[in-house]
Amino acid sequence: MMSKNVRIGRGYQKKIAGDHRVIRYRCALNNVISDMLKQRLGWVEAKEGEDWDFYWCDVGWLRENFDHIYMEEHVRICHFRNHFELTRKNLMVKNLKRLKKQLERESKSESAKCDFFPMTYELPSEYHIFVEEFKKNPGTVWIMKPIAKSQGKGIFLFRRLKDITEWKKEGYRVNADERKEETKDVETYIVQRYLGNPYLIGGKKFDLRIYVLVTSYIPLKAWLYRDGFARFSNTRFSLDSIDDSYVHLTNVAIQKTAPDYDPEKGCKWSLQQLRHYLTAKHGYESVEEMFQQMNEIFIKSLQSVQKTIINDKHCFELYGYDILLDSNLKLWLLEVNASPSLTASNQEDYDLKFGLLDDAMHIIDMEGRMTGKEKRVGNFDLMWSDGPVYAEDATLDTLGGPSYATNTFLGCHNDRKRQLIQLFRTIQSKKAAASHS
Amino acid sequence: MDSKLDNVAKTIDDIVKQLNGTTLHTQLKRAAQHEGEKSSVQLSSLKSDVIQSLKLSGWEKLLRNEVFRKMHSVQNTLDQAIPFECQKEPLMYMRKAQANWERRILKSMNSMCTELSIPLSRKRPADEQRDLLHKWNEMGTDEPDLSHFRPVYAPKDFLEVITSIRNPNYCSLTGSEIDDRSLNFESHWGLIQVSLQVPSLAELREIFAEFSLSNAHVGLDDSPDFPSDMFQNERNKLAKRVIDEKRSPIAQYFCRRGCPSGFRADLWQIALGVTVGHLDVLKYEQMKGYVLQHDLLVDSLIYKDVKLTSVNDDYYFVFEDYLYQVLLIFSRDTSVLELFSRSSATPPKSYIRVEKSSENVSTDKNTPEPDEQDGQPTKSTGSSVFGKIRIVDDLPDDAIDESDAADHSTGKLGLEEFAVVYPPNGVIPFHGFSMYVTPLCYLYSEPVRLYYVFREFYVRFFHRLHVISSHPQGIVTLCLLFESLLQSFHPTLFRHLQDIGCQPLKIAFKWLVRAFSGYLSTDQLLLLWDRILGFNNLLLLPVLAVAIFLFRQTNLLLVTNVAGVEASLSDLSTLQVIPLLQSVLFHS
Repeated sequence: MMSKNVRIGRGYQKKIAGDHRVIRYRCALNNVISDMLKQRLGWVEAKEGEDWDFYWCDVGWLRENFDHIYMEEHVRICHFRNHFELTRKNLMVKNLKRLKKQLERESKSESAKCDFFPMTYELPSEYHIFVEEFKKNPGTVWIMKPIAKSQGKGIFLFRRLKDITEWKKEGYRVNADERKEETKDVETYIVQRYLGNPYLIGGKKFDLRIYVLVTSYIPLKAWLYRDGFARFSNTRFSLDSIDDSYVHLTNVAIQKTAPDYDPEKGCKWSLQQLRHYLTAKHGYESVEEMFQQMNEIFIKSLQSVQKTIINDKHCFELYGYDILLDSNLKLWLLEVNASPSLTASNQEDYDLKFGLLDDAMHIIDMEGRMTGKEKRVGNFDLMWSDGPVYAEDATLDTLGGPSYATNTFLGCHNDRKRQLIQLFRTIQSKKAAASHS
Repeated sequence: MDSKLDNVAKTIDDIVKQLNGTTLHTQLKRAAQHEGEKSSVQLSSLKSDVIQSLKLSGWEKLLRNEVFRKMHSVQNTLDQAIPFECQKEPLMYMRKAQANWERRILKSMNSMCTELSIPLSRKRPADEQRDLLHKWNEMGTDEPDLSHFRPVYAPKDFLEVITSIRNPNYCSLTGSEIDDRSLNFESHWGLIQVSLQVPSLAELREIFAEFSLSNAHVGLDDSPDFPSDMFQNERNKLAKRVIDEKRSPIAQYFCRRGCPSGFRADLWQIALGVTVGHLDVLKYEQMKGYVLQHDLLVDSLIYKDVKLTSVNDDYYFVFEDYLYQVLLIFSRDTSVLELFSRSSATPPKSYIRVEKSSENVSTDKNTPEPDEQDGQPTKSTGSSVFGKIRIVDDLPDDAIDESDAADHSTGKLGLEEFAVVYPPNGVIPFHGFSMYVTPLCYLYSEPVRLYYVFREFYVRFFHRLHVISSHPQGIVTLCLLFESLLQSFHPTLFRHLQDIGCQPLKIAFKWLVRAFSGYLSTDQLLLLWDRILGFNNLLLLPVLAVAIFLFRQTNLLLVTNVAGVEASLSDLSTLQVIPLLQSVLFHS
């Protein structure tokens, strides 16, 4: 692997007017992201050990190498150094609780906007507070999640304290083999009030996956992708069968082991389809309100870690937000993923992810084509830029979506290809005009 | 004039007869009694007082809605003297065609039974009943092996039958064969070769006058490309008022210009006159009991169809469980049989037979065992079975082909007293049948409500789409209208398609049979069904089909083979229904 203090990105070609310079990239994953990078004009994959300008790395590589490399100005990687502040479940809750307290001092209404995560405790550190809370809420179902594992591993539900004491005895022993170096002692879990009234469609439970791109924490600059999807659980929802983990968890990784899982089907709806469906059931206004709630979740969660995350101009992060809708049309933040699955379950899913990554690359803009003032790139809308971004009135860009206060268009009509063509055309004509004058 | 009045009188008479003894009748009586006992009521004005208070308490509205609903199902009989079968279908050759078609379906089903050694019906053992009850809400998780089952028929087979219908009394003026088009330019170029009356464009314009460009429509004027909040807001307000009003005719009329999506579920229910009361829930539960008790062959066909169509759909897969909860119940619902009195179709019948070794009887009637029938071995799993299905023979003899006649002559069939309709609702599902239900899942998330709305939709509209008849909204007429409209609108296109061996109807037929379900995007489909319900008219289906051909004409004129035509018309999910319909109806 890398030796100490390697300089990254030397020998980067100077940009020749009218021509693209070669961008040397590396990619740790072999799925849609590698396909997308391969087809980018002027991008060349760097071989093992070679110098690079762009790396779609995994978090493991980052942990081992970040402190030993020096990156040139133009170099970009796809994670922040301490991304886990938002993506590890216990830290996320900790950060959100802190923000909530801060806001409480300022105003009640602002802090109420943080009420989008269920009651959560970290185990074993907060065990005693949890037990107190547990006793206050008899009959509540709780969900236990290991903090460092993703894709649904090690998750279980319980209703009796007895279940968890047994787990305490056995669980630690069983998990001993799996323990990573970073969790030297007991594995940390979070325990969360289980949301017992999820919104059901066709009797099936689902959660939402939405993509947010952060290009900078100071100042905070975040983009929201218009498209995303609802993942359906394969079986009917009922709290009677608490052992049946297939019912409750919608992470794709868990669903795959369900006996009747058909990967071709994918069990997904696009956000657009969901929006149509919900509008048919609840009318336009309620759905509008619901999607506005979503903005609060993104902004507040990012703000909660804004000062904690080590800002670095080389880093960006594409987050996958998991959000649950309950039967009162209230949204709950389940978790944020720093490495959302980029494996496609079917063609439609592939197209979505390909477009998502392609648009993200346009924003990262290794090619240096953007002006930096764009409010929409492909299906990404700039939702926060050191403050809320407001939608312009019915410009060409915003046509097709209802006129929002904020510049977000989740699940709205989208036409990324047309938008991109238009965008590049405008930039080019502006540049041409500038060079003439 | 007199006969018209007589007709009205007869209709009133029929409806009154139908309402007599219904729950509504009893409820009204009780309400009237209750009102009559009030101290404020004067003896002298008893009648008018009671009527007045029934109006105020909303009972009159319910009665009106029910009468409105009944008007859709009451036979417009001109004359009692007309034989029953002619009332069902006045044209003899249509009757024959339908009868033969039914025979084919039954043969196909019978041979499937024999091949697979599966009984038509089987009583479920107690533990199986319990199992089914337990997973009633998630029947989709059950993956029975259905690889041996095949849909009884697909729209393609049905099209073949329809296109082969000929009127034996028809004689071409030129005396030549009809499809010799070089000689006979006036003839119809399409596949449908029977002459039925179809409305002209002018007549269509009159029927669908509200579609005119001067009116604003949901599905056009509320589209995101023209953000005019004005219309949308007004429409929403109006929708709320119509829903509060709860009158079927008003709701139906409202649908003509489209329902705002948040109000559609309620509006449709009111327009269809569907009420879901305590008794309806009980009825549903009772039919659910029937499903639990007996396993019918059609259940497997339903399963198969749902798996083949809806489950494969990227969007509709979510609703799988609901579809079983509707379709299985539907197959047990004998109230659907009522529609056969005004349709050219006849429900298939089967004869109860009891296994010698078993004492169970497979139907609800406890019928004694008739003779062992035609020596065919039945392989049943210990419980009793239905015998082979046969239509009870009230058809003219020449409609029966020889093999059937042979069966008939054994004399063991046709014992009226042992006959039962099979399946109980008389409807054998075909490939794609479940798509009549799927779009409704989008609107109703309570299975019972979903069921009754679907049933009303089927009884009012969809059953016409898979039965051969000369009905002005029957599938044959719809096909003919499609072909004649396309021919007159764009003869070049029609000829071109014909020349490359692709009759337009071959493409459009599946759209018509399914009322476009599964072809259009859901929001657009619902906009279309709004209008079908609002105008109470299926003629919009062929109009839309023509519009689609015209819309894609540039491509269609360029392609030179059938595959090309199919490809240009395979994806309809991007189409906007309302402007398309307008383009045909009000094109200058």
